Amino acid sequence: MTEFSSETSNLIEINKLCFGYKQRAVLNGVDIKIPKGRVTAIMGPSGSGKTTILRLIAGQLKANSGVIKVGGRDITRMSRNDLFLERRKMGVLFQSGALFTDLPVFENVAFPLRVHTRLSDSMIRDIVLVKLEAVGLRGARDLMPAELSGGMARRVALARAIVLDPQLILYDEPFAGQDPISIGILSDLIKRLNSALNLTSIVISHSVPETAAIADYIYVIARGKVADCGPTQRVINSEDPRVHQFMHGLPDGPVAFHYPAPDYRSDLGLDSTSHPSWPK
Amino acid sequence: MTILDQIAKLGQGGLVVVGNLGRAGMIVALALLGPPDFRHGPALLIRQLYSVGVFSLLIIAVSGLFVGMVLALQGYNLLIRFDAVEALGQAVSVTLVRELGPVISALLFAGRAGSALTAEIGLMKATEQLAAMEVIGVDPIRRVVRPRLWAGIIAMPLLAQIFNVVALWGAVIIGVGWLGVGADAFWTNMQDYLEFRRDIFNGVIKAAVFGGVITWIAVFQGYNTVPTSEGISRATTRTVVYSSLAVLGMDFLLTAVMFGVN
Ligand SMILES: Nc1ncnc2c1ncn2[C@@H]1O[C@H](COP(=O)(O)OP(=O)(O)OP(=O)(O)O)[C@@H](O)[C@H]1O
Ligand SMILES: [Mg+2]
Repeated sequence: MTEFSSETSNLIEINKLCFGYKQRAVLNGVDIKIPKGRVTAIMGPSGSGKTTILRLIAGQLKANSGVIKVGGRDITRMSRNDLFLERRKMGVLFQSGALFTDLPVFENVAFPLRVHTRLSDSMIRDIVLVKLEAVGLRGARDLMPAELSGGMARRVALARAIVLDPQLILYDEPFAGQDPISIGILSDLIKRLNSALNLTSIVISHSVPETAAIADYIYVIARGKVADCGPTQRVINSEDPRVHQFMHGLPDGPVAFHYPAPDYRSDLGLDSTSHPSWPK
Repeated sequence: MTILDQIAKLGQGGLVVVGNLGRAGMIVALALLGPPDFRHGPALLIRQLYSVGVFSLLIIAVSGLFVGMVLALQGYNLLIRFDAVEALGQAVSVTLVRELGPVISALLFAGRAGSALTAEIGLMKATEQLAAMEVIGVDPIRRVVRPRLWAGIIAMPLLAQIFNVVALWGAVIIGVGWLGVGADAFWTNMQDYLEFRRDIFNGVIKAAVFGGVITWIAVFQGYNTVPTSEGISRATTRTVVYSSLAVLGMDFLLTAVMFGVN
């Protein structure tokens, strides 16, 4: 496997990243550094743009402005072909799993091997079974994706994401929808993969205890900016009110639970003197 | 709404159309140009050929039979007034090979295979399968779109020829078997009149063009769909409407270029 070329100890450096869907700005000047060989967590409220950051790093969305360097090369300025080559060094676990519905579990995991290597069928079989064993689904190899539960589908997707032994793995909510036993196994797996193969991992997650158990560093995203970052323990015990509220799951605080909306009372027509209107 | 608003809206609509045309053009360019993939390409193409062929074969054969039977009946009723029923073979075969074969099978293909293609690709987009393919480092335009486009271009002429053969067979059943036109006259007149280059070859070209246009529209609608169930159903409808109109419009153009007025 080819290597990301970089001498610095940061595998990814994101500078002044801005991005918006249509008119809605989602990221507004984000700076992130992902150190090599470590697990970095990106946390933040729902809708804060975590998945968006992941897609920007994978080059699936084009930044409005800013720089995203992966292994020293700017993803935002890469040609289509270079981007496809660069992506072979990444593994991405999508929030929904995104298995190929026309292929059984075994072929889903084998897919990257079949397109990018010339290994013999028996080699492919061995590798796939090892990866499926790691996620506890070796026995499910002949099932179709439609026959899997949500949690199982995501574990198959994880096996597929690591089958090429990438150098960088992006996990979008690996723990969502998993039972406590799988959570334990998965967080163990993420940690083991990271130390054994000297990978770099980015884990997107809401859940504080699981993240605390595996992450070396945490970035907290809120309102399109980095609200806090640093070593795990420091961020979890942060004094910053937004971060504190998020880490401790407090309903009241500076982070709004609601998507921007007009005043609730006037929206319901309870306030006859004012017309429904958007707050400035 | 003021006139200015309307003009602005018109301009906006125009921009959307131009943008879509550009993206649709990009998709074919990326799919058809670019280096061929000898390792996976043939297997993918054969799978698509099989799938579009199986999708459309039965409906095209059945429709062909009925179209041939109707043509023979109407042709006979007309020709008998001029005492020229021997010309039935040539009348039916020319209509079929030049026009009805390619056009009707293309319309059926659009309804059957085209709509299925749009739904398939739209669903792959909605469930992030295309995105997953991209991050695995596989270009979905090469992997998913390219074999489907070629399969359409190759399968459509074959399907049109199958339509022609079955329809001719239907015409023989009615014309020769039922109405009593002499079998010798039927076949000899047909063979004398049909020309390979002018009739059959042009019919094949027509069908190939239709196949390409239909799959292009279907694939683009799937790729460009709003990734929700409503978006997919709209895209599927649009595929059938647009590709049917495109087939009929293209048919006029191609006929004018190929046969002109003589
Ligand atoms: N395809 C899209 N088109 C328009 N807006 C989008 C699109 N995808 C996401 N958004 C918007 O961008 C914002 C960030 O979305 P994103 O998916 O990155 O959030 P997230 O942090 O991953 O949330 P969650 O934790 O719920 O997965 C949201 O407000 C969402 O409304
Ligand atoms: Mg998300």
